[in-house]
Amino acid sequence: MRQPIKSWGNLASVDHEVATPAFREDAAPLLSTLVEKTGSVLAHGLGRSYGDSPLNGGGGLLITRRMDRCHAFDIATGVLRADAGLSLADLHVITVPRGWFVAVTPGTKFVTLGGAVANDVHGKNHHVAGSFGHHVRALGLRRSDGTLVDCAPDRNADLFHATIGGLGLTGLIEWVEIQLQAIASSDMEVENIRFDHVDRFFDLAAESLDWPYSVAWVDCLSQGASLGRGIFSRGRHAPDGPRLAQPAGAKLAVPLTPPISLINGLSLRAFNAAYYNRPSATFAGRCHFDGFFYPLDGVHHWNRVYGPSGFYQYQCVVPPAVAREAVTDLLARIAASGTGSCLVVLKNFGDVAPAGLLSFPMAGTTLALDFPNQGQRTLALMADLDRTVAAAGGRLYPAKDARMPADLFAAGYPAVADFKRHIDPAFMSDFWRRMEQAPTKSKQA
Amino acid sequence: MTGQTVVILGATSAVAERYARLHAARGARLVLAGRDSRRLGSIATDLMARGAAGAEVAVMDLAAPAAGFDAAWADMAAKLGGRVDTALLAYGILGDQKAAEADTAEMARQLTTNMTSACAWLTVAANHLERQGQGTLIAIASVAGDRGRQSNYVYGAAKGGLALFAQGMAHRFAGTKVKVLTVKPGFIDTPMTDGLAKGGPLWATPEKVAADIDRAAAKGATTLYTPWFWMGIMMIIRNLPGAIFNRMKI
Repeated sequence: MRQPIKSWGNLASVDHEVATPAFREDAAPLLSTLVEKTGSVLAHGLGRSYGDSPLNGGGGLLITRRMDRCHAFDIATGVLRADAGLSLADLHVITVPRGWFVAVTPGTKFVTLGGAVANDVHGKNHHVAGSFGHHVRALGLRRSDGTLVDCAPDRNADLFHATIGGLGLTGLIEWVEIQLQAIASSDMEVENIRFDHVDRFFDLAAESLDWPYSVAWVDCLSQGASLGRGIFSRGRHAPDGPRLAQPAGAKLAVPLTPPISLINGLSLRAFNAAYYNRPSATFAGRCHFDGFFYPLDGVHHWNRVYGPSGFYQYQCVVPPAVAREAVTDLLARIAASGTGSCLVVLKNFGDVAPAGLLSFPMAGTTLALDFPNQGQRTLALMADLDRTVAAAGGRLYPAKDARMPADLFAAGYPAVADFKRHIDPAFMSDFWRRMEQAPTKSKQA
Repeated sequence: MTGQTVVILGATSAVAERYARLHAARGARLVLAGRDSRRLGSIATDLMARGAAGAEVAVMDLAAPAAGFDAAWADMAAKLGGRVDTALLAYGILGDQKAAEADTAEMARQLTTNMTSACAWLTVAANHLERQGQGTLIAIASVAGDRGRQSNYVYGAAKGGLALFAQGMAHRFAGTKVKVLTVKPGFIDTPMTDGLAKGGPLWATPEKVAADIDRAAAKGATTLYTPWFWMGIMMIIRNLPGAIFNRMKI
């Protein structure tokens, strides 16, 4: 079925030949059909990747969300095996009441296991737990020649490491087996600490290494003496309390895309000031994990607030030796531009070896923020930020990207040559097409 | 609520599976009936991982069970130790309206699947619940059964007939501990409706419909429109004067 599909950034609506198998036995035949019809295919979960990595314009898209069944869940050991279309939200309905939680969670629960593997997602506990891929015990990879390859760290290990963070290009991830972490309660113990300059962020991060979860929100518009002021948030699973998969309370939603972006200089300045000064900026206490890990999931389709032009997300990581200078420089450039988003995230990664060949996390500091799409102006700002990232020896996150130059990708991911050997010939994405092209004109200008 | 026993007729349907998951999480024992043994097996394995105390499959063509309705039912009830707390009838086909208009055998086949066989299952199930003195019987009909329309009146007639049959049963058991619930869903995003253009506020997820059914059954309701706004929409459609209705291409 021909269907237009958008990614989370709402930048473009792209036509695909779409198939949505309900059972995993149907996936392989549909995969072949899509390849026969269009020449290429890509798996697509819940569409939370921001740019063009979840799209395959003009080609086939195999949507995995209906394949969401558990194969086995051992409540004694916390090992769970399930179809790759199972979301973390649905997984937690199964596991939280019985005392188990994913070892690593990104900032949305609307991610499938397959998506979490293909992007090797990270969370607030990277400094102690690494990325999602570190907790994958095995996975089933359907190649376009019809074979189902059982991959694990000790069998078909090369393909396993290529598939973790492999952007869905090594084949269709049919099932995933993960190790969960034991929790006593669905409550979190949380401390929020206000900081008045980005320098303080680095001090707080260093002081918080014994907290399993830490992250900071930053006011991207503040300049001068309060450059990079924000709120440092750290948390741990509470040692007692209820085990509820979902908190009580109704959900909000952004029902329609407004005709213009609701995020502009004025609203952003007002929001950031109010958010920085709100009483809970110094909150210390307990809350359900949903509010701690997934604050934005509480508002369905929050991506619509940026209006019909959509938005870019920019997420980079820079190495520890130069992190202070590089992050300060990035924040100064963003503040001077007057654009940016309400949600700016700063976090220190640990120095665990990456789980996959193209894994984004590496030792250092990561900065993530949204930019409403204002065309050339936005692209120019990001090109400016690229220079700082490249000079620092950092890299950008493909799951968030819709515009990084191919040479920045190549410089940031030295294992890419090794990775290419494992790409399935029938799998393709718009992101990968972009990376495979010769340097663009705008790059040379 | 733990330890309930549940029979699902048409267990591979998206709504039925989501409904079964709610019971599994509460530790129910389930029998899953349908045609496709491999799919039923995947679902049973999943329900066990979700906390079901038991999940057995019963492979048959529900529209025409080889053993006959009575024996097939008795066999499923026996898998649950003879006790059935809840039975959900969820199978059905959307059917091709044009094909049914052109071919009386096809028309009869659609009516048999969606209505005649369904009423047979309701009959054997209701008699079982009556003998045990309590239980809940749930039949998934459709808003399409509320008024005949040119685009799908064969499907609509079958679902409307099923709804009327279940309504009569609810009347028969009024004042007893046997509850009969007729469910009238609107558009649901499932494989069955993949041929239709989707999107927009009228479409519901199977999770939402399953949760609505679970709540209505717990309350002992006899009719459920799901999502709720279909009650208003269908009230208008039912009451539109023919002069206006006949000009609409719906």
